[in-house]
Amino acid sequence: MNAVYAARKRTNALLLAISGVAVAFGLFWLVWILGTLLYEGGHALARASLYYQMTPPPGSDGGLANAIAGSGLLILVGTLLGTPVGILAGTYLAEYGRDNWLTSATRFLNDVLLSAPSIVIGLFVYSVYVARVRHFSGWAGGCALALLVVPVVVRTTDDMLKLVPNSLREAAVALGCPTWKMIVMVSYRAAKTGILTGVLLAVARISGETAPLLFTALNNQFWSTNMNGPMSNLPTVIFQFAMSPYEDWHRLAWGGAALITLAVLTLNIAARSLFSKKD
Amino acid sequence: MSAVIPINESTASIEAARATPPQPRRVQPARWMDFAFENLTRFFAFLVFSLLAAILVSLVYGSQLTLETYGLRFLWSSDWDPVQEKFGALVPIYGTLMTSLIAMLIAVPVSFGIALFLTELSPAWLKRPLGTAIELLAAIPSIIYGMWGLFVFSPIFQTHVQPLLIQALSPVPWLGALFRGPPLGIGMMSAGLILSIMVIPFITAVMRDVFELVPPLLKESAYGLGSTTWEVVWKIVLPYTKVGVVGGVMLGLGRGLGETMAVTFVIGNAHQLAASLMAPGNSIASALANEFTEAVGDLYFSALIELGLILFLITTIVLALSKLLLMRLARQEGGRA
Repeated sequence: MNAVYAARKRTNALLLAISGVAVAFGLFWLVWILGTLLYEGGHALARASLYYQMTPPPGSDGGLANAIAGSGLLILVGTLLGTPVGILAGTYLAEYGRDNWLTSATRFLNDVLLSAPSIVIGLFVYSVYVARVRHFSGWAGGCALALLVVPVVVRTTDDMLKLVPNSLREAAVALGCPTWKMIVMVSYRAAKTGILTGVLLAVARISGETAPLLFTALNNQFWSTNMNGPMSNLPTVIFQFAMSPYEDWHRLAWGGAALITLAVLTLNIAARSLFSKKD
Repeated sequence: MSAVIPINESTASIEAARATPPQPRRVQPARWMDFAFENLTRFFAFLVFSLLAAILVSLVYGSQLTLETYGLRFLWSSDWDPVQEKFGALVPIYGTLMTSLIAMLIAVPVSFGIALFLTELSPAWLKRPLGTAIELLAAIPSIIYGMWGLFVFSPIFQTHVQPLLIQALSPVPWLGALFRGPPLGIGMMSAGLILSIMVIPFITAVMRDVFELVPPLLKESAYGLGSTTWEVVWKIVLPYTKVGVVGGVMLGLGRGLGETMAVTFVIGNAHQLAASLMAPGNSIASALANEFTEAVGDLYFSALIELGLILFLITTIVLALSKLLLMRLARQEGGRA
C-alpha cells in the first residue's frame, strides 16, 4: 500500500515540476526575444537620426522618419475606419438583435474572422481595390488594417455591452427615453472603458501587422503623405531591410523592430491596466 | 349581425368612449431616430456577417484561371515553375501543414503545463503577472519573431541543436528520414519551433479559461477522496473540459496555419519537397508574402490567389470547428448550472 502512495506522490511531484518547467519555457522565449530587441535595437533607438532622417539606400546612414510617419498614418486611417463599424455592429449584436439568427451567425463568423490569416485580408483588399485602381496606395493599406480592427472591436463592444445590467436600460426606458438615446447615453457610458480597451488592443494588433500591407500600401523609399500612392511603413521596411545583406539596413531594422515592439507592448499594458482599474 | 341585438345610440357612445380613453398629452419621441439608429447598426452587423463570404467570393473570382486550367490537379502537383508557367500547390500545402504540426506537438503539452500551473499551482499573487507575461508573447508582432528567428535563433539552432538532433535521431529507422541532411539553421524545423512559441499564448488562454469553468465542488470531492493534484487535473478537470481543450488546440492550429511573417523569415522559401525537416521548404503564407508583388503573368497571379484560397478554406474550417467545440462546452456548462 505504501508503495502505491509513494508512486502516486512521485508522479504528482514529477508532473507538477514539469508544469513549472513549461512556464519557464514560455517565459524563457519572452525574455530572450525582448532582451535581444533591447540589446540590438537600443543603440538604434538612442540615435536621434532614426526619427528625422529618411530610409537610406544601402551603404549609407539614415533613419526611419518616413516609415514612422507612414505607419502612423496607416494606423490612424485603419482605426478611424474600423472603429465606428466595429462599435455599431457590436451594438446591434448586444442591444437590438439579442436572439435572432443574424446575431448568432455574425458572432460566429466574427470570431472566425478574428483569427483569420491577415495575409488573406491583404489578398482580399488587393483583389477588390488595388487590382481595380491599378496602383498600390495608402488607402488600400488603411482599409486592410481597418478590416483587422473590425472583428476585435465588434467582439469587445458586444462583450462589454452585454455586461451592462438590464436594470439600467429599463430605468432609462421607464423615464421615457427612446431606445437609441438609451444606448448612447446609458449603455455606451457604462461600457466606455471596456470599449476603449478593445480599441487600444485593436490598435496594438495592427501596429505590428506586416502581411496585409505587403500587397496594399507596398513601400516607399521617400517621405510621402499622399494616401493615394504607395506608402512607407515600419513593418515592410523592417522586412525589406532584414532580408537584405547590408549591415546598415540590419541595424535600422533592429531599431524599427524595437520601436514597434515597445509601442505594441505599451499599448497592451495600457489597455490591460485601464480595464483592471474599472473592476 | 347587428340586426340581432339592437343597440341604441347612447350605449354605442359609451362603448366608444371605453375603447378609447382620453389620451394624456405627451411628447412623442422622435421615432425616426430610433428607426435610423437600429437600421444603421443592423447594416454594419450585416456587413461584418457578409465579410467572410465576400473574401471567399473575391478569392474564387481571382483564382478562376488556375481553377479552370488545373482543376483539382493543382492540389497535388509539386511543380512551381513561373518561367514555364507550371504551378502546383503541394509543396506549400505540405510546408504549411508540417510546420503547424511541429508547432502543435510542442505547444499543446507546454500550454497544458502552463494552464495547469496558472489554475492549480500558482500562488494568487503570481497568477496575474505570470498570465500577463504569457499573453504578452501573443502581443509581440509576428515580424519580430521572424527577425529574431533569422538573426538570433537559427544560428544558435544550427551550431548547437541541429547537429545533436541529426546525430541522435537520423539512425533511427522510419523517423530518421525526418532528421537527415546538413544543419542549415533555417528550414521546416525552425519554422515549426518558432510557430510553437507564437501559438502557446492562444492555447494557454483557452485552456486556462475552460479549466476555471470546472465546478469547485467536483475538484474538492476528488481532493477529499485523497487524490493528488495531478490526479484531479488528469481525471477530473481534463475530462470535464475536454471539448474546450480541443477547441483551444484548434484555435492555436488555425493561428499557426495562417502565420505569415515569422515563417517567411525562417522557412527558407525553397519550392522543393524534402522528407527531412532540416531542409528548407515553403508555406502558403510565405509563398504569398515573397512572390505576390513580384508575380508576372495572369496564370502566376491566379495560382498565388488560389494558394490564398486554399489557406483561407483550411483556416476557416479549423477555426469554425474550434468555435463550435467551445460553444458546445459553454452550452453543456449552461445546462448544468
